[in-house]
Amino acid sequence: MNLSTIIQGKAYVLGDNIDTDQIIPAQYLTFNPSIPEEYKMFGKYALAGVPPAQGGLPKGHIPLHGPANEFVSPYSIIIAGRNFGCGSSREHAPVALDAAGIKAVVAEFYARIFFRNSVNGGYLIPLESVKRLCETVCTGDELRLDAIAGRLENLTSNETYELKPLGEVAPILEAGGVFPYARAKGLLKA
Amino acid sequence: MTLTEKILARHSGRASVQPGDNIWVDVDVLMTHDVCGPGTIGVFHQNFGRQAKVWDRDKVVIIPDHYIFTADAMANRNVDVLRAFVAEQNLPHFYDVGTERYKGVCHIALPEEGHTRPGEILLGTDSHTCTAGAFGEFATGIGNTDAGFVMGTGKTWLKVPPTLRFVFHGELPPYLMAKDLILAVIGDIGCDGATYMAMEFDGDGVYCLNIEERMTLCNMAIEAGGKNGIIRADQKTVDFVKSRDKSAKPFVVEQSDSDAPFAREWVYDVTKLRPVVAKPHSPDNRAYVDEIQGTPIDRAYIGSCTGGKMTDFRAAARILNGHSVKIDTFVVPATTEIARLLKTERIDGGQTLEEIFLNAGAKIGEASCAACLGGPSDTFGRLNSAIKCISTTNRNFPGRMGHKQAEVFLASPLTVAASALRGSITDPREYLS
Repeated sequence: MNLSTIIQGKAYVLGDNIDTDQIIPAQYLTFNPSIPEEYKMFGKYALAGVPPAQGGLPKGHIPLHGPANEFVSPYSIIIAGRNFGCGSSREHAPVALDAAGIKAVVAEFYARIFFRNSVNGGYLIPLESVKRLCETVCTGDELRLDAIAGRLENLTSNETYELKPLGEVAPILEAGGVFPYARAKGLLKA
Repeated sequence: MTLTEKILARHSGRASVQPGDNIWVDVDVLMTHDVCGPGTIGVFHQNFGRQAKVWDRDKVVIIPDHYIFTADAMANRNVDVLRAFVAEQNLPHFYDVGTERYKGVCHIALPEEGHTRPGEILLGTDSHTCTAGAFGEFATGIGNTDAGFVMGTGKTWLKVPPTLRFVFHGELPPYLMAKDLILAVIGDIGCDGATYMAMEFDGDGVYCLNIEERMTLCNMAIEAGGKNGIIRADQKTVDFVKSRDKSAKPFVVEQSDSDAPFAREWVYDVTKLRPVVAKPHSPDNRAYVDEIQGTPIDRAYIGSCTGGKMTDFRAAARILNGHSVKIDTFVVPATTEIARLLKTERIDGGQTLEEIFLNAGAKIGEASCAACLGGPSDTFGRLNSAIKCISTTNRNFPGRMGHKQAEVFLASPLTVAASALRGSITDPREYLS
């Protein structure tokens, strides 16, 4: 669960209101994320509920997974619009993205339970962009993200985008989640 | 302070709190179920050790309800994980499948079994945990990691939310239900309109509502992104809680101060509203029934935490009584207590509710979450193809009830029942004299 705050990789672009049923449909919630072999399965079904035309914008119909690996995606940063992760409290949602190799999401803003689960579980870095990026960045663009500096560079288009500061969740993310954070702060026995 | 702020302040040992404060609070009740329980238990064991005990046996409530009547081996395995944990921890509040204690949908089981009390903090591993705000408490959904942390410590950190206030005036006309009110609100503010905020429902129009209808209002706070929905406890609440809570724990009834700082306020005259639906694929995609009357529908579904209570079934029965449905119609009681009442409660001394539904041609399933969230492919009522369904459930994102291309319209039990009779979206006023 060591979160790197500098991430380079390919963008996968989605639209608004990507809810937890799209991120991991309910029929796959029977896997238990606390069992490592089953954790992997969430990667396979990550974003399985996104209607094909809305996956991999702007063109759409681009699957998250490449032909080489059915569990881990070639993309590492998701770019999305408003209200990412709305819907249920299932922690399986950030688990699925993590298992699929997604290191960070950059959205306009998040539904609060998804944001909290991402931070407390230390699965990925949920960042907010200052401007809407899901119509600027294209799926497949090469991105370089500095989560602490709040900067996202698009190496394909030579653009730089400003991100909002992580604020009070930064130390929890840097610690790798709420448990390591609480231990480091003496809130829990080591 | 607002009601939500007062509850949070008291549980953090502070005299007062303000929106934006990050605080540690003591939790009164932690609820989990078969979908998130196994992961929560895993987090708990991983972080506190195999031999660790939960912080307070009496405060952990485990209610399997999601994937119950299915042949899916993994789903059944997950209930076994809950059983093993309950045995290991000797937990008293477990409502196991296949026993007399089995209940069904957790959000309805919690109050029925006396686990909801005014002034408390209830956390659950389900986004609709906010339902319990109907009892004047702070209730919200959390993930496995948070729940594992609470299980071991009894504490969690929360950011104090600003409160939005929704004031309803007037008595609800017989063709409207709480579902119409909350769909109207979500239509107004959007499915992200209350993100990170508390939604307090107030006004004479709310206190006219019975407890179940208040639960429907609070249940859907999350569909506007709300952290919690809440209604000040009144005499109806206190009477209900006392009739259900075997522990007779003392509780604190609080209310927002008259000068409480609400972030924003909306005022509704409920007598002027019309029946509402949320069109596919979002709970904020509002239309009035009279605008889309006649839209063909393939299936009707009456069930879930928001639409499977006695008030919901009485309403549906008023419409269905003596008629036949034109489309597949699925009825799913939220809990076993409600399922038993369907067999005994009669409309005007005539048929029981169950007889009315069966005679109308509806199918009745067993108490559980069933097709509200799709689930395994053999789930009762699941949308396994790209059909159109009108449903009393609370969420209609793509794929929510099963098939990715299925279309779900959310509506009140009255509107769903009337639509079942015509096979198209129908205004319930056409069947109510």
